[in-house]
Amino acid sequence: MTWFRRTGWRHLVGILALLFALFPVVFVVSASFNSSGTLIGSNHLFSSVVLDNYRGLFNDDLHPYAKWFVNTMVIATVTAIGTVFLGACAAYAFSRFRFRGRRGGLLSLLLVQMFPQLLAYVAIFLLLLSMKDTFPLLGLGSRLGLIMVYLGGALGVNTYLMKGFFDTVPRELDEAAKIDGASHAQIFFGMILRLVAPILAVVGLLSFVTTLNDFVIASVVLTDPDKQTLAVGLYQFVSQRFSEHWGVFAAGAILGAIPVVLLFQFLQRYIVGGLTAGSVKG
Amino acid sequence: MSVPPPVASPPEVVANPPRRRRGPGPSRAGLTSSRSSASLAAKLLMLALVNALGVYGVIVLYANGSWTALAAMVTGLVAIDYVYLSKRTVPAKYLLPGVLFLLVYQVYVVLYTGYAAFTNYGDGHNNSKSTAISTILANTENRVPDSAAYRLTVVDKGGTLGFLVTAPDGSALVGTAKEPLAPAREVTRGTGDRAVSIPGYTSLTFPQILARQQEVTTLRVPFEDPKAGSLRTPDGSNAFVYRSTLTYDSAGDAMVDTTKGTVYRNDGEGYFRAPDGKVLDPGWKVGVGFANFTKIVRDDGIRGPFVGVLIWTFAFAFLSVLTTFALGLLLAIVLNEERMRGRRVYRSLLLLPYAVPAFMSGLIWAGMMNTDFGFINQILLGGAHVTWLTTPWLARFSVLLVNLWLGFPYWFLICTGALQSIPGELTEAARVDGAGPFRVFRSIKLPLLLIAVGPLLIASFAFNFNNFNTIYMLTGGNPKILGAKIDVGSTDILITMVYKVAFGGTNRQYGFACAVSIIIFFIVATLSAISFRKTRALEEIN
Repeated sequence: MTWFRRTGWRHLVGILALLFALFPVVFVVSASFNSSGTLIGSNHLFSSVVLDNYRGLFNDDLHPYAKWFVNTMVIATVTAIGTVFLGACAAYAFSRFRFRGRRGGLLSLLLVQMFPQLLAYVAIFLLLLSMKDTFPLLGLGSRLGLIMVYLGGALGVNTYLMKGFFDTVPRELDEAAKIDGASHAQIFFGMILRLVAPILAVVGLLSFVTTLNDFVIASVVLTDPDKQTLAVGLYQFVSQRFSEHWGVFAAGAILGAIPVVLLFQFLQRYIVGGLTAGSVKG
Repeated sequence: MSVPPPVASPPEVVANPPRRRRGPGPSRAGLTSSRSSASLAAKLLMLALVNALGVYGVIVLYANGSWTALAAMVTGLVAIDYVYLSKRTVPAKYLLPGVLFLLVYQVYVVLYTGYAAFTNYGDGHNNSKSTAISTILANTENRVPDSAAYRLTVVDKGGTLGFLVTAPDGSALVGTAKEPLAPAREVTRGTGDRAVSIPGYTSLTFPQILARQQEVTTLRVPFEDPKAGSLRTPDGSNAFVYRSTLTYDSAGDAMVDTTKGTVYRNDGEGYFRAPDGKVLDPGWKVGVGFANFTKIVRDDGIRGPFVGVLIWTFAFAFLSVLTTFALGLLLAIVLNEERMRGRRVYRSLLLLPYAVPAFMSGLIWAGMMNTDFGFINQILLGGAHVTWLTTPWLARFSVLLVNLWLGFPYWFLICTGALQSIPGELTEAARVDGAGPFRVFRSIKLPLLLIAVGPLLIASFAFNFNNFNTIYMLTGGNPKILGAKIDVGSTDILITMVYKVAFGGTNRQYGFACAVSIIIFFIVATLSAISFRKTRALEEIN
């Protein structure tokens, strides 16, 4: 009884929370292996375990899952790397140099960030439509164009998060490297970036997940099924036909979620530190 | 640690004045110099590449006559070259790439949204007035009854079809859909002085014409003078003059139907309108002042739904933050106990809902909450018939429930981190003073925690205010509100409503959508401004 009063009830709450958190996940895993492939047929958990749904994903020319998957991973990875790079460069400048317009620059970044890119998708659509004539590679319907749009949001909250972290790296290190003859680029690429790796991981992960989750801008920019992302493709695949496409959708969701879930588990310890870096002080 | 005082010039310039250009100096180690000359080469290569692309862009923009974009392009290129070739702009070297992206894809589109909010941009009003006039003229063309036949050779230039014609007076003209007819030089004449080929084009044989029949018979090659109309061919061997029965009267700013005498006047709202109210499609883009904003207030079919959506957006954002934070905090408190075994396992597993991409979660829950086939009704509730997503209030509840599932792990993580960062001495001191666990929590931990996560709570509110994915994937904003003039439902928040207005149906209203975007912006900006004042985030910028 004393065990229950000390930690046992905590396990009870924890298990209840786990049930709430996991039952949708278990349901989808079961549905992805279900032989019926329909929504109602998937209700009996693990009544059958076959791989038909997974095969179905790769045998549908109208809904090219493999292409969506590759598109999503490439777009999200490139965007994450680009965002980390652009954000880290800007954070380095704001953290290490004192220049005219520095404070103004930081404040304007905050101001611009208040208008989420999401809200401007009408204008983004029109901008890319007109770009199509000049740079077809960056215009409407192009994956590279979509990445460029995402990179427009690279500076902003990320810059603050990173600058806060950069500020914790002692400037004496820079001075010492400078005396040894290192240039500002060598200090940045060779030293600072290594010391701030945790925050780079967090920003990269957040950017990756945000990009992967984006439906609005991706649906506006990419219309050709072969070029679409998972968010757009899977939504169009299942939203109108839950009952028929359920099993295949479940398989697609599982495969699509695996990389993200793994990333989260690996970077878990950085996430807490990174998310609270801007706020928990002292 | 003290921060050095700001200096007017970049510190590096002050620190190392002598090291400039021209190979390695005697004081520098060999390794450093070889590496920096390699990086210099890489830098120059990148610059050359950027410049090449830029110059290409400038040429294309010049050819298209897009002067504003051209000016922006040139400015950008000059800025890049100056910043990376000058030695005095070190901070700018790090800021410029991000800033350029920001300017194009964030600042410009925001400004453009602001501009478009004051126009009638949308279906029927997509282009400029001159484009609208030429489209109307082209759409209303008919074969001129007594048109002379132009003897025709269909030609092809790089996949684009064109006409090589011999006019009744014997002169030869050549043109395509985009290039108006112009006198043709160096033509080869065949029988009856008919122009049969011209350098740069391939003449199509009769079988080739047959193969591309559809393309040939719909081709419209305009004359140089827009009023003269165009040439079209019914058969591929003779072309005839097609002219619109309408003419544009620039003095009266009206389209006049020459056969019936109807006058379509510019109605000031982007249409040519006849006295009987009939309009010529398409219209064009005009400024409408505050009409898009006043429409929300004045139009009964919009005002009611809009106010409903606005209230629900606030309620949704507020309740989402409240529920996710409460559950996350509760779990953080309960599971943050050092004596407890398996804390890591709990944490890893509870993280799952946060790690699953949100758009998938929305769709998964939509399936589980399906009234007839869903897992919740069929299995958990033993065959009940609960209309989770189709009755207005229940649908709102479902949206909040799903968002709770999505969001509580985030707060669980944050609160666990924040609780662990509270110094142990504080709680210990309170305990020594005789405070019980509840008192310690209420008077010590909670206030410290709230200070730490306060800004995140506000950020979370702003995020949920525009939480497109949960709503759109789960309910699509439905069930629909009947009687509304726009496509809007009971669970729609502002951002999903904007999306449906702009891209949902057949009648796309970009201008109106932009106006609502601007309203959302002001709401979010006001909230952020208040939060910054409260948290004094701005004062920490040093």
